[in-house]
Amino acid sequence: MTSVPTSHVLLLAGTLFAIGLVGLLVRRNVVFMLVSIEVMLNAAGLAFVAAGSHWGQADGQVMFIFVLAMAAAEVSVGLALVLRLHQRFRTVDADAARELGGEGVASPAYGAVAADGGDE
Amino acid sequence: MLRLAWLLPALPFAGFVALALLGRRLPRATATAVGVGSVGLAFAVAVAIGAAWLAAPPAGGAYVQHLWRWFDVAGFAPDVALFVDPLALVMCGVVTGVGFLIHVYATEYMRDEPGYARFFASMNLFVGSMLTLVLADDLLLLYLGWEGVGLCSYLLIGFWYRDAANGRAARKAFVVTRVGDTAFAIALFLIVRELGTLEIDEVLVRAAAQWPAGGTLAILVAALLLAGAAGKSAQAPLQVWLPDAMAGPTPVSALIHAATMVTAGVYLIARMNVLFALAPPVMTAVMIVGAATLLLGAFSALAQRDLKRVLAYSTISQIGYMFLALGVGAWSAAVFHLMTHAFFKALLFLGAGAVLLATHHEGDVLKLGGLRRRLPVTFWTFVIGGAALAGVPLVTAGFFSKDAILWEAWSRGGPVPWAVGLLGAFLTALYVSRVILLTFFGEQKHAAEPERGLRIQLPLVALAALSIGGGWVHGGFDRFLAGDAHGGEALFEVVAAVISLAGVGVAWLAWRRGLWARPDGALQRFWRSGWGFDAVYHTLFVRPYVWFARANARDVFDRGADAIAGLARGGNRLLVASQDGRVRTYVAGLALGAVVLLAIGVIFARPEPAGAETATEVRP
Amino acid sequence: MSLLWLVLLPVVGGLLALPLRDRGARWVALGALAAALALVCAVWSAGDGGRVADLSLAWLPQMGIRLHLALDGISFVLIVLTLVLGLLAVLASWTEIRERVGFFHFNLLWTLAGIVGVFLALDLFLFFFFWELMIVPMYLLIAIWGHENRTHASFKFFLFTQAGGLFLFVAILGLVFVHQQATGELTFDHDRLLDTPMSEGVAFWLMLGFFVAFAVKLPAFPLHTWLPDAHTEAPTAGSLVLAGLLLKTGAYGLLRFAIPLFPQASATFAPYAMALGVAGILYGAVLAFGQRDLKRLIAYTSVSHLGFVLLGLYAWNEMALQGVVLQMVAHGLATGGLFVLVGMLSERTHTRDLEKLGGIWDVAPRLGGAGMVLVMAALGLPGLGSFVAEMLILFGTFRVAPVMTALATLGLVCATIYALWIVQRTFHGENRGGWSFADLRAREAGVLAALIGALLWLGLYPQPVFDVARAALASLQGVVSGGHS
Repeated sequence: MTSVPTSHVLLLAGTLFAIGLVGLLVRRNVVFMLVSIEVMLNAAGLAFVAAGSHWGQADGQVMFIFVLAMAAAEVSVGLALVLRLHQRFRTVDADAARELGGEGVASPAYGAVAADGGDE
Repeated sequence: MLRLAWLLPALPFAGFVALALLGRRLPRATATAVGVGSVGLAFAVAVAIGAAWLAAPPAGGAYVQHLWRWFDVAGFAPDVALFVDPLALVMCGVVTGVGFLIHVYATEYMRDEPGYARFFASMNLFVGSMLTLVLADDLLLLYLGWEGVGLCSYLLIGFWYRDAANGRAARKAFVVTRVGDTAFAIALFLIVRELGTLEIDEVLVRAAAQWPAGGTLAILVAALLLAGAAGKSAQAPLQVWLPDAMAGPTPVSALIHAATMVTAGVYLIARMNVLFALAPPVMTAVMIVGAATLLLGAFSALAQRDLKRVLAYSTISQIGYMFLALGVGAWSAAVFHLMTHAFFKALLFLGAGAVLLATHHEGDVLKLGGLRRRLPVTFWTFVIGGAALAGVPLVTAGFFSKDAILWEAWSRGGPVPWAVGLLGAFLTALYVSRVILLTFFGEQKHAAEPERGLRIQLPLVALAALSIGGGWVHGGFDRFLAGDAHGGEALFEVVAAVISLAGVGVAWLAWRRGLWARPDGALQRFWRSGWGFDAVYHTLFVRPYVWFARANARDVFDRGADAIAGLARGGNRLLVASQDGRVRTYVAGLALGAVVLLAIGVIFARPEPAGAETATEVRP
Repeated sequence: MSLLWLVLLPVVGGLLALPLRDRGARWVALGALAAALALVCAVWSAGDGGRVADLSLAWLPQMGIRLHLALDGISFVLIVLTLVLGLLAVLASWTEIRERVGFFHFNLLWTLAGIVGVFLALDLFLFFFFWELMIVPMYLLIAIWGHENRTHASFKFFLFTQAGGLFLFVAILGLVFVHQQATGELTFDHDRLLDTPMSEGVAFWLMLGFFVAFAVKLPAFPLHTWLPDAHTEAPTAGSLVLAGLLLKTGAYGLLRFAIPLFPQASATFAPYAMALGVAGILYGAVLAFGQRDLKRLIAYTSVSHLGFVLLGLYAWNEMALQGVVLQMVAHGLATGGLFVLVGMLSERTHTRDLEKLGGIWDVAPRLGGAGMVLVMAALGLPGLGSFVAEMLILFGTFRVAPVMTALATLGLVCATIYALWIVQRTFHGENRGGWSFADLRAREAGVLAALIGALLWLGLYPQPVFDVARAALASLQGVVSGGHS
């Protein structure tokens, strides 16, 4: 059996990671963002496996199983959050939940100081 | 008797304190009694001290009364002490005597003023400060009186404070004299540094012993003192405040801006004459300042339309005479003229005040006329005052004192100062005759009330008597003051008399032809504006100062602090903007950060471990 | 132990006043300050005129920090000033402060405690502790009871002084470590640090650290810009304490620490410091004239007057230093008095705008008369305390730097200009605002009369102050000339 060169596998992992990242950045649907994260996680897992095979050690596969478990946990928490998000905003658009933006909460206090300084 | 000297300043100060604290609550009669009585008593004390002095002069020709030690720091220990000598006595006599008459006059003049008590409080404070000034044994105490009279001048010029113009005139007077005072203060610093004391006698002794004649230090100190004296005595180039000071009530003009305070500079130079003698160039400067001011004032007086402004410029001009005399070293002649000038100029101001009372404060001489019948006492006393000012020979005090100055100018200064003085005498006779003719002769153009009562007339008559009789004591005065007497040359007296009579004659001719009422030429306007000094100072000093203060009111250095604050605020905005709440932005930032960190790791990775890595890679 | 009580009395008084309302808090504050005043006078009169009391207790022995308090003539003069102005501050805010009265007096007393501590502390760490202690309650005084722009002003005040404090702290630590390296002894004690051997460069930078901290507080040009804001926005008592006392801590710091600890470096630096002083005198006076807000105007006059202090300090001869001590007292009384007066005025008119005021003399001649005297004190009229002080400073400085003295003397002209402007725009002129209100009440007249009386006393017979300060100044000068040799 001809062995696939490690570099090819790593290239594939990198490509998958990039696809996942781009998906995460461009999608606004939270479900698709979760899927993209899964893709990235698996890309990382693939890189671990490739590295393990390259060094002939089991650590890579151990790490992959670890990643799998973590992904499962992450998805369950993530989906729960998605449900809450949907209940609250009636949408799965991530941008709808921009409450952490600077303008919302902190501004009045700073604005007051700025006004004081402004008419100085 | 001499031990009562402390009462001289203390009495008016007590009057001031009483009026300032209780003035509003006192009945008017009581306020009058306190205000006039304190100065009257001070006059009585001055007379008593003078009599005692004449009866038995103290040893050494001076009497010093130590009151208390002001402070004592690092060997510098000015006393609050009074120094009584003939010069101080003459000044005290003038200040309290003329002051008392003017106070009496003011009780009538200020009769209807709501600020009656405030007026007399300020006047008493003035008299007290002026007496402190002339009696001070120490230059620092003299400076106290010097500033004190400046403050009173300010308060009284701006007495009718509701009018902003009066406030402006008052501020101008204070600030311009303060400029001179600054020079005076620097002179004090120099004296303390070099001589270690400010006690006047000691300063003069040490200066004469330590400073060579014509030395730099003596010249510097004398020049600075001259600047101080010029500020207070309204000499060029600091004369600009005096004409505006006429905004004050007329008794104030008579007391402060004619008889006493403005002559403080003359007193200072006379007092420090030993020091000035050490600095011949400064003596020349004193003479030049005097001569220049004399002419400048006389020409300006010629072109004024306001009665009081004529007298103000006349005062400037007459003090120029005194400076001229000081400049040639004839300080006793200067003080003699100071005294006679106090009499006749106070008289003229009080007469002008009587005119203003009668005409409801119409001071424009071109709108007045023919008041001689309506105001006979005022007219006759004013004529006597005018004659004294013009130096009408033999019968007036002004003739003797001015003649003394002219004679000294010739014998000590040569023909040029003498000629300037003579020209001044001609101009003086000219402008004062012009004013008398325009105000009292011809047809009456303005309604006038009859003269007020005795409290106006008595001071006028008393001062008129002094304006005539004050000159006859000349010989005795010189002996009293300087220990010797020099008579004038008869020829010079004749020349001076002819010149002043010529001035009167020319004025009369011009009046007959109606020349005085002709419309203004450019030269007249120039003279009336006081030779344009005001405009120049306004452009050079006032406007830039005000402009800078206003333009920079928000303080350019505060912008530095604002810049730091702005930096913090800008940084805050920048970071706030990065937190937009979009998960995707955060992720992008995360990814970007990771890439940057990796890139840094790759680029800056040290070569040796990288080599070791390759080595392990090769081995399997 | 009595020195500790001197600091603790206002602290305890503040705690007692905290829960009280209105009258109660005011009387407690008066009582605490009066007790402290009596105490300090008792301590002083028991002594012989030198360092009359010295208290040194271990505080943090591992770090060489001691609770070292001492009272000498300079401290005594300034503490008496502190407590007297403190009493007047309580009286001046009697009707002005109506909200959270207890907390107000707590802050006031704690500020005063910090100031008293600053004037007593001889351990640099302790000094720094008090230095910081006085800032926080002062900040609260401005931020809570101040005028319209109080937030901005209080921030600015806090940041400026805190930044200065940072310099001070770094310089103190630097000095202590240099001392430890040189002698092996870790100590913060002023007396022991006095003759620390160090290289010229190190001394210069450490001196600069001290100087910057104190110059901010003084305030020296061009670090003065916090002061107009803070003075303008503070309540009357706050302005009084700021102008009368807080600024003096800067001067005191220079006098007690910056110059004696680094005599040579200070001598090198003196021309620059004096130039800053002269610049402050002129700049402050000119800018004062340009202001429309009366309190802001007076704040700039402080910049001008404290310029004289800086000038005199770096002339460092007895005459100038006595002048500096007297100037601190006279400025505290005169400018403090002006702020009190403006407080009384704006309580009635609700404005400090010079365009709107005017003609007050018609309405309230007693207020006008008091204002006239205080303004004259500001322009340095002879017979009032500031004249003797400024003259002595100038006499002393003239021996060292004649040209700079001459320039500083020009400040007298500029002072006349702004002083007369105050009179014209406030008391004289037409009554444009149609003002009509009651003249001074007995309590107000009493406060102003006390200030004016003290100014007259200092102007005509200032010798007691000089006598009190003489020994302390001589020992400071001895330290410095010892360092030179």
